[in-house]
Amino acid sequence: MKPAPFKYVAARSATEALGLKAMHGDEAAFLAGGQSLIPAMNFRLARPAVLIDINPLIALDSIRAQGGGAVRIGALTRHRTVERDPIIARHQPLLHEVLPHVAHLQIRNRGTLGGNLAHADPASELPAVMLVLDARLRAQSINGERWIEASAFFKAALTTALRADEMLVEVEIPELPPRCGTCFVEVARRRGDFALMGVAAVIGVSEAGICTQARLAYCGAGDTPVRVEAERSLVGGTLSTAAIRNAAASAACELDPPGNVHAGKDYQRHLAAVLTRRALLTAFERCRERTIEEEHDGG
Amino acid sequence: MMAADVHTIAVKVNGTRHTRQVESRLLLSDFIRHELQLAGTHVGCEHGVCGACTVLFDGLAVRSCLMFAAQCDGHDIETVEGLAPDGERLHPLQQAFHEAHGLQCGYCTPGILMTAKAFLEATPAPSEAEIREVLSGHLCRCTGYQHIVDAVALAAQRLRSLPQEPTENGA
Amino acid sequence: MATRYFGARIKRNEDRRLLTGSALFVDDVELPGMLHAAFVRSPHAHARIQNLDVSAARCLDGVVAVYTADDLGPYWRPGPLLVPAPPIKDLTFHLRTQVPLAKDKVRYVGEPLAIVIAQTRYLAEDAVAAVTMDFEPLPAVVDLERALAPGSARVHDDLSDNIAAQVRQTKGDYAAARASADHVVRRRLVYDHGASMPIETRGVVAAWDRRAQQLTIWDTTQAPVFLRNGLAAMLGLSEHQVRVIAPFIGGGFGPKIMMFYPDEVLLPWATMKLDRPIKWIEDRLEHFSATTQERSQTHDAEMALSRDGRILGIKDVFLHDTGAYNPYGLTVPINSQCTLLGPYVVPAYDSRFTAVFTNTPIVTPYRGAGRQHGVFVVERLLDIAARQLGIDRAEIRRQNFIAPDAFPYGNEIIYQDFAPLSYDSGNYQPVLDKALSIVGYDRFLSEEQPRLRAQGRCVGMGLACYVEGTGIGPYEGAKVQVQSNGKVSVATGIGTQGQGHFTSFAQIVADQVGVDVRDVDVVTGDTARFYWGAGTFASRGAVVAGTAISEAASAVRGKILHLAAEHFECAETDLVLEHGRVTVAGAPGLTVSLGELAHKANPMRGAVRPDTEPGLEATRYFGPSGGATANGVHAMILEIDPETLMIEIKKYVVVHDCGTVINPLILEGQIHGGVAQGIGNAFYEKLMFDADGQLLNASLADYLLPTALEVPRMELAHTVTPSPLNPLGMKGAGEAGAIPVGAVFAQAIEDALGLPARGLEILEIPLSPNRLFELIGAKPI
Repeated sequence: MKPAPFKYVAARSATEALGLKAMHGDEAAFLAGGQSLIPAMNFRLARPAVLIDINPLIALDSIRAQGGGAVRIGALTRHRTVERDPIIARHQPLLHEVLPHVAHLQIRNRGTLGGNLAHADPASELPAVMLVLDARLRAQSINGERWIEASAFFKAALTTALRADEMLVEVEIPELPPRCGTCFVEVARRRGDFALMGVAAVIGVSEAGICTQARLAYCGAGDTPVRVEAERSLVGGTLSTAAIRNAAASAACELDPPGNVHAGKDYQRHLAAVLTRRALLTAFERCRERTIEEEHDGG
Repeated sequence: MMAADVHTIAVKVNGTRHTRQVESRLLLSDFIRHELQLAGTHVGCEHGVCGACTVLFDGLAVRSCLMFAAQCDGHDIETVEGLAPDGERLHPLQQAFHEAHGLQCGYCTPGILMTAKAFLEATPAPSEAEIREVLSGHLCRCTGYQHIVDAVALAAQRLRSLPQEPTENGA
Repeated sequence: MATRYFGARIKRNEDRRLLTGSALFVDDVELPGMLHAAFVRSPHAHARIQNLDVSAARCLDGVVAVYTADDLGPYWRPGPLLVPAPPIKDLTFHLRTQVPLAKDKVRYVGEPLAIVIAQTRYLAEDAVAAVTMDFEPLPAVVDLERALAPGSARVHDDLSDNIAAQVRQTKGDYAAARASADHVVRRRLVYDHGASMPIETRGVVAAWDRRAQQLTIWDTTQAPVFLRNGLAAMLGLSEHQVRVIAPFIGGGFGPKIMMFYPDEVLLPWATMKLDRPIKWIEDRLEHFSATTQERSQTHDAEMALSRDGRILGIKDVFLHDTGAYNPYGLTVPINSQCTLLGPYVVPAYDSRFTAVFTNTPIVTPYRGAGRQHGVFVVERLLDIAARQLGIDRAEIRRQNFIAPDAFPYGNEIIYQDFAPLSYDSGNYQPVLDKALSIVGYDRFLSEEQPRLRAQGRCVGMGLACYVEGTGIGPYEGAKVQVQSNGKVSVATGIGTQGQGHFTSFAQIVADQVGVDVRDVDVVTGDTARFYWGAGTFASRGAVVAGTAISEAASAVRGKILHLAAEHFECAETDLVLEHGRVTVAGAPGLTVSLGELAHKANPMRGAVRPDTEPGLEATRYFGPSGGATANGVHAMILEIDPETLMIEIKKYVVVHDCGTVINPLILEGQIHGGVAQGIGNAFYEKLMFDADGQLLNASLADYLLPTALEVPRMELAHTVTPSPLNPLGMKGAGEAGAIPVGAVFAQAIEDALGLPARGLEILEIPLSPNRLFELIGAKPI
């Protein structure tokens, strides 16, 4: 399974990379980690005429704390780097939790956050996590740059809002509000496989025990990651077992999973209900733990 | 008719520097095996799943079938041939695999050895669960994994009891 | 004679080469001027070829040749029948075999239409993409029952339907058994076995030396001798002009013993035509169609029992998917038919199958070779009967076992070696007892399971028994030779694909010839080193080749002692043969090394007595009178999440009897590997063809092989009931691990989820969380 011929350029600067992309548009592809692109090229499902290798652009491989717990992650940052980063572990526990589910160590050593998000596989975990965290993504072209909200970034399966001349350069994830807990759960056939269904949850609870925020995002549930209206049913309530159960059931009803060779729609919908319940319960539990931690830090 | 797009690369493999001209689409796995004639790295799927082609790239375990040789200019690669450079004394990992019967047909083995080498450097005292987790990125059709797990655990034990030597770059 | 090596956990001789990456696999062969091949393959499962235009491909830079069926002239012909239909009364068999390149019609997705030969594989694939093809698609025959319905499209137009074979075998009088039965269980069961997926795909390198008029072929084959014979005949060469080498092979598991694959037949032809060496390495995508696989059977089966659970008879009618062609005859369904009888007394049996042509890849044996299917049927029927009759599932098996004094036990029906099925030996109760003890059967059912259930956890036990015919003929041979350097060389005709022959065979010889096991050099799979043999299949390598090796080594031992006795002018009984030397007992100064003795045995000058054979060597052949019957019991405790239907294996136990064991370490590895494949078959691997014959999961991302996280640590134990059919008492073990796993999973999952109490049963393999959800639903949240 050898790829079709292409012209290879190792970009020496972001400007060069963007210039080439502007010139070739959809005929060119950026090579970041290559863990999704190269298999597609080996199967000859992807046949870019020009491959712009952006691995030399090491300035895009970075993790910076923005104060308060917000982080900016360069698009070229390897999954493995994010997975082991102490800033991420402390301030972005959901991202820290999801990464061991992404493929395998050997893939995470090369694969990049930006590459994964730009590839936009509907069963991929990271787009759902970006969506639930209300992340925003910075895209650059030779004409300038813009920020795109995660909610506007994922358009369809393997399709993003990036224009033909744009490159994803950075992801900014806002700080988790105080008194919040997060959880990611998925069901996959084997560890590291794409999720049959995955849920990312963020729960916030006031001192009085009232839910201040509830966010749910799903991977594998549609041709993009999705949020659900059912989130709102939890806000303002006490997160009782019954409330969580009802929210999980409603969320599952809202979803219209596509089904695939490993999971029929009904099973996916069923998993959505089960995993939502489990994710909410755990997020709620962690909310309490994180609150204790925050109080301890005097934050 | 497109003429082949060729690039010059200088890449260090098992400590030896090689300068070569490579077509842009030449996969790193094919470069290692057929251009450098280091056939110990094997190819099983060419889509990054089986792990047979795993090598160390700048010290990290990666799928050589998911990289192009052209990307490797200036980088450092280690393959299974580098584990016992004089061909005589086996690396403790190789010795452990031999003692624990951690291989049958041996086709998936070189990739596993490279992953294990980097893994044990980072995690010198792994649990069985941790070993199985890192092995989950490798498919073996012969062994059912049990003796491979035993081999990695045995190697970990042996490596821990070796006197610590400074590495090349002082890390 | 002291046995220092036989039976010991000797570490493997072949490891160093494999561990250092210096072992030669087929893709490692590099020859000057070597070209590379790629195939144009059918995108349709069933279609008439209207146009095949390779002209653009031929013009591409670096392309040396493109051949289609028309270019092959008289060389184009359907492949041979590899395994004739057994001599069963009233059998129907329609042979249709694969062709080197399709002509007129394509019959499965991936069937080759043209071969491209170019400077590199990359360029060859470019040329493949430049070939234009037009087809008239035809309805694809995929579902077995629809394939037999009137009006179905026909895979082979010259047949009146899609029946490849019809076979009925009977024993006793089933109708009478059923009439007298207190209880009858009748079910439809579906068993789908998958693809072998060795980590090394197939490959061929063919190199024609025009000056020497010699053809050398490296091939990932499990049957080098027969491949050599067949190719020589096809190419009009003498067998001595053709050398087939099966070097180190990265896993065989069965499909690498299919012979005369299109690529195997084309590369030698092309190398002779082009006078250049040519290499073809199958890529993983190709492997899903270009290498044979197993698939499904649908059984309508019935068991008649007495009210106390004694089996009176079994009737089974099944459909078997043979794929688009059937070069391997009926081996797989005959194995299903025979292995169904298991370790049980089955006084009456009526088994009928129809092998069906479909527009999917060819089916030939894959580890277990149809035995899985038979075991699944009988074990499930027994489970259901046990439940309905209120008998413990271990007990119902125990009481139906063939008694240990009833061997050889004749089961009358014809087996894959064309002889009536006869179990040579066996002692089944201890195997079951041991398995129950190690898995903690009683404690689990009476204490652990109720306790965990009370906590809301779903845990279940599965157990299954099986008998496996191994070590069948026809024969194998071996040559053992002491060399002048004192080392011993062994050559045999079978090949090795990871099962440790280089060590186990060395162990046999080392004991006999009195050398260190590391001083025995074993060559397998090279037709230039040994001329005769059938191949590595059906768990027969160690038994049949091992016995031939043992006989040859014993003969060499005799020559050593005879020659040494002459040399020292003493009696042979005064001699000690060990550590590579022969020494007169009690006289350490009177000693000679084997190397010196070998040198003496081949004098450069002087006269020898009449009938003297030079050297210290012997060639022996062994053909068993029948297969040696191994048996085993698997037991598993499994937990399943009732909401997600994801599983976790808590305990897996195998108790196995393969007679005398050469190397327990190697045997363990074989069992572990077999069970892993069984787990894959039971819960992870399924070839998903759609109604158009397209494979929906043709990649390792979607055809799911179990990893170190899915395969648990296993506990193994053995009993030894030696086979009377070979001097060392050995039985085969290569397939054992894979055979009963499906049955074990079905029982364990039923038990864990309490399905029978809900009126539900598991009657199919493979399973998956999704499939379980479809069959039974899941706990509502």
